[in-house]
Amino acid sequence: MKLHDPLTRYVVRLGDDALIMGHRLSEWMSRAPFLEEDIALSNVALDFVGRARLFYQYAADLMGGEVTENTFAYQRDVRDFTNLLLCELPRGDFAFTLCRQFLYDAYSLPFTQALCKSADSQLAAIAAKAEKESRYHLRRSRDWMLRLGDGTAESHERCQNALDQLWIYTDEMFECDALLDGLIATGVAVNTASLRSEWLDTVTETLHAATLVIPEAQGGVTGGREGIHTDDLGFLLAEMQFMQRAYPGLQW
Amino acid sequence: MSDQLQLYEVFIRSSRGLDHKHVGSLHADDAHQALEYARDVYTRRGEGISIWVVASRDITASQESDCDSFYDPLDDKPYRHAAMYELPEGIDSL
Amino acid sequence: MKDNMSLVGNEEKFQSKVDAEEKVEPKDWMPEKYRQNLIRQISQHAHSEVIGEQPEGNWISRAPTLERKAILMAKVQDEAGHGLYLYAAAETLGITRDELIDRLHTGASKYASIFNYPSLTWADIGAIGWLVDSAAIVNQVSLQNTSYGPYARAMVKICKEESFHQRQGYNIMMTLMQGAELQRDMAQDALNRWWWPSLMMFGPHDAESAHSAQSMKWKIKRRSNDELRQQFVDQAVQQAQAIGLVVPDPDLVWNEQRGHYDFGAIDWEEFQRVVSGNGPCNRQRLAHHVSAHQEGAWVREAMAAYEAKRRAVPAEVA
Repeated sequence: MKLHDPLTRYVVRLGDDALIMGHRLSEWMSRAPFLEEDIALSNVALDFVGRARLFYQYAADLMGGEVTENTFAYQRDVRDFTNLLLCELPRGDFAFTLCRQFLYDAYSLPFTQALCKSADSQLAAIAAKAEKESRYHLRRSRDWMLRLGDGTAESHERCQNALDQLWIYTDEMFECDALLDGLIATGVAVNTASLRSEWLDTVTETLHAATLVIPEAQGGVTGGREGIHTDDLGFLLAEMQFMQRAYPGLQW
Repeated sequence: MSDQLQLYEVFIRSSRGLDHKHVGSLHADDAHQALEYARDVYTRRGEGISIWVVASRDITASQESDCDSFYDPLDDKPYRHAAMYELPEGIDSL
Repeated sequence: MKDNMSLVGNEEKFQSKVDAEEKVEPKDWMPEKYRQNLIRQISQHAHSEVIGEQPEGNWISRAPTLERKAILMAKVQDEAGHGLYLYAAAETLGITRDELIDRLHTGASKYASIFNYPSLTWADIGAIGWLVDSAAIVNQVSLQNTSYGPYARAMVKICKEESFHQRQGYNIMMTLMQGAELQRDMAQDALNRWWWPSLMMFGPHDAESAHSAQSMKWKIKRRSNDELRQQFVDQAVQQAQAIGLVVPDPDLVWNEQRGHYDFGAIDWEEFQRVVSGNGPCNRQRLAHHVSAHQEGAWVREAMAAYEAKRRAVPAEVA
């Protein structure tokens, strides 16, 4: 499925981030360290799946015809997905999942705040809802960084390891490409490059308080926006799309 | 291997003008986390606009064995209840 | 001797309180057997909610549409929440959640045997929501009047939240029955596999139920296993017929005189086999819970360590 209209591509990109993140989070259901956290993580997962639906529904409106939110989720292959690689990495242990979440939430909050001012009123409306969620997500994941970073020697080590592994995937959040440049010029898209310093401030402050260290810069891995993914996304899609692939064209 | 989390009691105000009402309890590390979990556990359907949490061990409760001395003596003052006072026919807004 | 006398007096007072439909509250005196009986029942109920996350949770990653995915996530999350409400109710009886989980892991405490069956197709998600949740709710509605206050209040909350669960399950079945032939077959196959285990959820016949008589006397249970099962059958048969499903029971027939459906004999040997550990998924269900709990140990330890450090800081400053 090839998308051409820049706005549609942008909206789908944002939907992809949210869906893949929500899917990964949902994998924790019945596996969290205790029941309260099982429920809390599920809420975050639900927020992301909900956000994906809003973006995809908008994209479906833009495309018209037979396209629905489900077309984007279930009928595109790995090369068509344009989510950040950070979102698709397997969930790992609890430290990996929460570190990923923190690094993303610290980006998502200023991102959704900026998107609230988009010239596209529909995007701004979705962002207004997402911004409230992100504020709560960041509060939660930041707390976890403190608890895990400054907890036991084991939790500190797991957390630091997770950060070290995740760090090379954070550059991609601030990457600009031709699609973004065009939409930034018309006031539709967020200039993600400009969010970097605020993100780094949040991350630095939190990691410091959590007795963790910022991993040394090692260059970034990118490619998600071009459909160049890790091997893991293909497996995720194979599972997620199983029903629509095995029984195409039916109502469920 | 004990999880060592504390027990907290959760009270929720469901809308403005109403009291906070006890809705249940949960486990958390501290009051701050208890508040967040209370939000996730007890307001999944938007049941509240304000939450209190209090560590269960900080609640001092009366005992059933106190009932005789606590409450029975309060049960002999019918004059505290409006129903004791008879009104003449036709007077109903007093 | 004197102690014995006062114990007898206490038990009589307790029973007359229960007979008068007064609720028992956590700090009240209660017979030790009442307490143990309640712990057994509430924890079994709590474990069932939590283990019940698994067969349905298995389909969150494979749900066929985004809407179904979100609904299923919300439902499975509710099960976790209900487990939590129930653990909290059990804790008011002087047992910790750790101890309760330990009993689950050692096999000392049971959970609803129906969750030892696999969820093989998407239609199973419909069948579980419709049948298993309906059966649970029939039981839970009657427990809203149970004699122990915290349990009764948890039931009220759970019943309120569960009303959407059975509807979403039935809605899945209805959608399948309105679909292609392969979808209708899928729905019928799921009903065939889940029908009898659902009837077994209500437990042994009244005459053979080990705990029933005492539980009824203490008003822990309010209606008998057979009464509740009958109510479930009467409802579910109608619901099945309304969407064109066939209940897999050749002996099922409307009994005009009783005003109820008569139904065939339940295979109690199978029930015993699954309860005693040889259902298709017993080992996986328990192993899943044990491993999640063990893998979470370092997280819980980290929280305790973090909290301890923060408590220590002001003391050091002073």
